[in-house]
Amino acid sequence: MADRVMPRHRALAALSAGIGLTLLLTSCGSGLSGHGDDKTIVGLVTKTNDNPFYVKMREGAQKKARQLGVDLRTFAGKGQADNDSQVKAIENLVAAGAKGILITPADSGAIIPAIDRARKAGVMVVALDSPTEPASAVDATFATDNRLAGRMIGKWAKARMAGKRPRVALLDLSSEQVKVDVLRDQGFLEGFGVDVRNPNRIGDERDSRIVGHEVTGANEEGGRDAMEKLLQKDGSINLVYTINEPTAAGAYQAVKAAGKQKDITIVSVDGGCPGVKNVAGGVIGATSMQFPVKMAADGLAAVAAHTKDGGKGSGSSGQGFTNTGVSLITDTPVSGLDSQKSDWGLRHCWG
Amino acid sequence: MVHDTLPPTAADPPTTRPQARGALARGQAALHTKPLLGPLIVLLLASLFFSVWVGSRFSDPLNISLIVQQVQIIGMVGIAQTLIVLTAGIDLSVGAITVLASVVMGKLAVDHGLPVPLALLLGVVIGGVCGGLNGVLVTRFRIPPFIATLGTLSVFSALTLFYSRSETIRAQDVPPLLSWPGRSINVLGTDVTYSSLMMIGCFAAVAYLLRGTAWGAHLHAVGDNREGARLSGIRTGRVLLSVYVVAGLICGLAAWFLIGRIGSVSPQAGENLNLQSITAVVIGGTSLFGGRGHVLGTLLGSLIVGVFSSGLALSGVDALWQVFTVGVLVIVAVAADQWIRKVAA
Repeated sequence: MADRVMPRHRALAALSAGIGLTLLLTSCGSGLSGHGDDKTIVGLVTKTNDNPFYVKMREGAQKKARQLGVDLRTFAGKGQADNDSQVKAIENLVAAGAKGILITPADSGAIIPAIDRARKAGVMVVALDSPTEPASAVDATFATDNRLAGRMIGKWAKARMAGKRPRVALLDLSSEQVKVDVLRDQGFLEGFGVDVRNPNRIGDERDSRIVGHEVTGANEEGGRDAMEKLLQKDGSINLVYTINEPTAAGAYQAVKAAGKQKDITIVSVDGGCPGVKNVAGGVIGATSMQFPVKMAADGLAAVAAHTKDGGKGSGSSGQGFTNTGVSLITDTPVSGLDSQKSDWGLRHCWG
Repeated sequence: MVHDTLPPTAADPPTTRPQARGALARGQAALHTKPLLGPLIVLLLASLFFSVWVGSRFSDPLNISLIVQQVQIIGMVGIAQTLIVLTAGIDLSVGAITVLASVVMGKLAVDHGLPVPLALLLGVVIGGVCGGLNGVLVTRFRIPPFIATLGTLSVFSALTLFYSRSETIRAQDVPPLLSWPGRSINVLGTDVTYSSLMMIGCFAAVAYLLRGTAWGAHLHAVGDNREGARLSGIRTGRVLLSVYVVAGLICGLAAWFLIGRIGSVSPQAGENLNLQSITAVVIGGTSLFGGRGHVLGTLLGSLIVGVFSSGLALSGVDALWQVFTVGVLVIVAVAADQWIRKVAA
């Protein structure tokens, strides 16, 4: 029996050592934050850790935080729709005494109660990248106008397809009608001149030019699978809308395998450096560039200004939507539509 | 684990059963002795159904070739998963190993300028090392496979993101040899990719290893009754460790196929591979309780998912129905497994 008791002692010892260590670490942690008590704590909560868009946004925020002398704490969810992790991140930041929180909401509606609690606790909350629903739930929003981003590539595509009979494939993010997915998809169709019926719903259009919608998970693999399925459904596709540039790169692999790269035009949204290089290389016809680093930097500056004002909102706060801009990047400009060439895009792309 | 509650003879053929009482019982017995029969019937019925519903666009050789291409990564990772499931384990990290190996191949070849064959080899080796780590956690530290691989799933994913800085290597920058599995040759008038052929080769090779070698027999014995296997002189720890290493190496090879398929090297690829591989294994008729099943069932399982996905997409059905259907298939497959087991009860 003795040999059975021993492990229990060991387990107890390990447990108490663990608890001791945790206490030590937490006290160190609070000691550290106490040490830097003159620094304002600001949180950045992104949707994921792995998407380059959010990685660049985080890097931009860290750079700006160093300039402003702000203690930036970053958190991320585990997926495009992981509300739970974001709620926890907000709660932890409020508990840590943060003065401001920048968040890219994964679920623009479900996050509201957590944001309300934070604001009641005196924290300034700023939405980045996508607005909350309602937008007035936060103090300010710095985001791409995603509907506009979609409209720009839609208008460009319309001009490019003039004189041809368009056969359109749409490669979306998911079946869940995620806000940013809806805005870009419907914006594209509006720009292209399709009656979108319900502008807040993907896939309810009745337009013979549309071959079909497929979901991709917004990555290369999904883009390739979806494009193959749609090409198999209708080989006469000549225009492809993609939710983002990785999807476009995957779709291009399917197009190339089918030997149709001369006949098919691909448009996209994002403005990541690999995507802009694909514009330069003729893989993507046009893309709408967003500016995540600017979103983060402007959002952080707004929070810093707000805290200096002593709680009074500065000009940039106060429930406003600040459009951080969209630029159309293409090497084949069309008349009547402002655009930038890919060399400009390469100087301004984000990762 | 679960198989401890079953009598040691649970998976033996029903030689002592009384004569079958009617067609249903005969079918049940046939499905028990031939684990490939069930998934094969489902695959044929589904193909027939979609050929009628969708028409010639579904059954043309190009679409068949596309279905095989679309399931090749799931199929490869599914081989690794089958090996682990046959030992009454489960591996939640197979997808993460595959993506890590692909990023290692891409970074070494493109960013560090290593000769491509060496980069490829090192990527496959990394897969084996990751599998070996899982094996050590399971055999030496006696951590249940579910927990061990749940942990390494996060570890490998984080390493992938650290190493790649979340950045994708574009298709245009990837050397031809790395994307070679994605190229195709003409077989009987249809373009077939090298990776599709290699995947089928891998299935055949592993099927032989499982059925025709002592290693395969030991693996089945360990999965069916680990204690019994130990008592009969099998070094169960060593067998288990080797299974995890082989599974890791197969994931490393799947990484090469993944690059061939998507052209670029993306740290965000394959995020659903873990669950998809388990789905393919289960639909393929391999029992999650270990010991019973066939690796070729996994090939059929992934093809079944591919056929449903392609058929529903071609008929213009909402993508959510694809998700729904796969869920129903999984439940039906496990229910069928339980029903077939009754034959030996």
